[in-house]
Amino acid sequence: MKAGLFIPCYVDQFYPQVAIATLQLLEKLGVEVVYPPNQTCCGQPMANSGFEHLTKGCDELFVKNFANLDYIVCPSGSCTLHIKEHLHDEHDEAAATGIRKRVYELTEFLVDVLKVEKLDASFPHKVSMHQSCHGQRGLKISQMSELVAAPFSKPGKLLQMVKGVELVQLSRPDECCGFGGTFCVFEEAVSAKMGKDRVADHIDHGTEFITAADMSCLMHMEGILKRQKSKVEVKHIAEILNSQL
Amino acid sequence: MEHNNKDHATLAAAFNVDEARVDWHDETLWFVRQKRDKAVHIVPEWEALRETASQIKNNVLSNLHDYLLQFEKNAQQNGITVHWAADDKEHNQIVHSILQQNNINRIVKSKSMLTEECHLNNYLKSVGVDVVDTDLGERIVQLADEAPSHIVLPCIHWKKEEIGELFHQYLGTPKGNADPQFLTGAAREHLREKFLTRRAAITGVNFAVAETGEFVVCTNEGNADMGAHLADVHIACMGIEKIIPLQKHLGVFLRLLTRSATGQPITTYSSHFLQPRKGQTLHIVIVDNGRSRQLGREDFRNSLKCIRCAACFNTCPVYRRSGGHSYHTAIAGPIGSILAPNLDMKDYADLPFASTLCGSCSNVCPVKIDIHQQLYKWRQVLVKDGYAPTAKKIAMQGMASTLASPGIYRFAGKMGRWVIKHFPFMVNNKLNAWYKHRDMPAPPKESFGEWYKKNREKKG
Ligand code: SF4
Repeated sequence: MKAGLFIPCYVDQFYPQVAIATLQLLEKLGVEVVYPPNQTCCGQPMANSGFEHLTKGCDELFVKNFANLDYIVCPSGSCTLHIKEHLHDEHDEAAATGIRKRVYELTEFLVDVLKVEKLDASFPHKVSMHQSCHGQRGLKISQMSELVAAPFSKPGKLLQMVKGVELVQLSRPDECCGFGGTFCVFEEAVSAKMGKDRVADHIDHGTEFITAADMSCLMHMEGILKRQKSKVEVKHIAEILNSQL
Repeated sequence: MEHNNKDHATLAAAFNVDEARVDWHDETLWFVRQKRDKAVHIVPEWEALRETASQIKNNVLSNLHDYLLQFEKNAQQNGITVHWAADDKEHNQIVHSILQQNNINRIVKSKSMLTEECHLNNYLKSVGVDVVDTDLGERIVQLADEAPSHIVLPCIHWKKEEIGELFHQYLGTPKGNADPQFLTGAAREHLREKFLTRRAAITGVNFAVAETGEFVVCTNEGNADMGAHLADVHIACMGIEKIIPLQKHLGVFLRLLTRSATGQPITTYSSHFLQPRKGQTLHIVIVDNGRSRQLGREDFRNSLKCIRCAACFNTCPVYRRSGGHSYHTAIAGPIGSILAPNLDMKDYADLPFASTLCGSCSNVCPVKIDIHQQLYKWRQVLVKDGYAPTAKKIAMQGMASTLASPGIYRFAGKMGRWVIKHFPFMVNNKLNAWYKHRDMPAPPKESFGEWYKKNREKKG
């Protein structure tokens, strides 16, 4: 099985360790991983700001990079959702459609495609899960508190396979962290307040590490934690699933 | 509400100056969301109910013309006078002319978001008609000369101590008494006199049944009934989208409405008005005011399914932390943000951006409006129609061309982590909005692309 690794631009630039963990984890699980070196970005930052019409170049590049792979795997629910909902290519719409169907967020790929039942990983810490909205409500990788429906959580299932992880519950299990792309600067006051409140919920419940399937939310919360000189750290779920004692 | 030329971000920033108050506001509304959760999680068929309601409303929107005529015919047969208003101005004039014909210049009004949207109170005041809002929350904001900040809980932004002070000033209650029960009693006495002496009552309409020509008004305080039953003239104002086809559909909507709104199984009063009582005249004013235009916008038409429960307000993490007035429109919150641009794109170009697109609103909506998807779509429309700030446009263009070219992207990345300067969320960093409350991520020594090249490509 050949899977293309799709690394969001801000992960490439700021959190290479998350990309490395994703790569190593997939390889450990027997996946042949290809990393198309000419990739940049999914185009979401422009599109969510109302500039979807400027994403043609990004889209075409994405199609060129990922058209011939069985699966495309990405350690970000948000970027995955964007591709799934909005990738088009007027020169090769068939290829774009194929990609939209074959693109997976990392935890859903592990649970739904690889059907992982156990992991050789250990992370002896108190961990709390931040439900990133686009992964949760967009890709439905976990059940949403608003709906009257049976609970499940793909990232939660994977975390339970990691030795030593003690999962901490929150008062508000799936409230947004307030990042929201350009929202975090154009609506700075509300965004920062949302981030502070989210972080406080995690801290109040005694967590050591906040984890998520999306690095952008974690980057936002990390910015606040660091400003508060908190000992609590953020870790992308790929890093925890890939960690050894 | 009067438009004050300030956008949501500015007004929200002002709201956030008092952080303790933001916490209080957030928690008060989160409590309502939790009550909603409790009330819906004991209904196993909840999601099926939502789907049913959504389909009934879709059917209504597809056949609105016919249902409206059917409703008009049946209502007329029941002895109700039906008026049609193309817009807010016409609505207000119709209401005024009915009052003039009956020589009435003092009226009571129960809660109606439509009359807020049409600024009826201001209009009637300007023509010399005195209006007393009889919903307790609305009366409070009316005394304070403010607009409601929430469509179900109009004075949710007021603390009880402040209400005590307001009542002391206007109703003569003892200074310092903020006991909710006492204050409610005082308001009741104050309003009783109005109910007894005013000859005309305006109410809203929650549901208008095409099949029977009846309409249903839902309140918890019974104030709509008090007004309507005591007045010689009852005027009910409704938007064209309030229609439901059959009486039995009420069984779906009444179950959904108040569980979603406040977590009660049903409103205390769900009153059916079928015909005027002897000696009374009953009018219905059916208002378009932009709704048929919205109906014609394929991407946005189903915003007209809204039953005004405000569940999307209560769940919205942005609304809870910015307050209703920051939306500078009669209907705030997520639904207001997709309705307002239809009324005036320029004035409300900011609202679709007052969201993180978290999607919680769409999940609580009892009629399954895809609110967050419509926020996204409004952004595209607004930018295309030229309502984006120039600086943002330039930044986005620069970004698009960099991201479309791997060579430039890699080069820019090397040049001091291009992202930190140009990444969309760090654009507009005149005042470095990110840094005000958040540290920047520390740039690593190499990007993943660079690491991969060093560690993997050679091996391959
Ligand atoms: S959009 Fe939906 S949730 Fe919001 S007020 Fe209308 S019906 Fe209620």
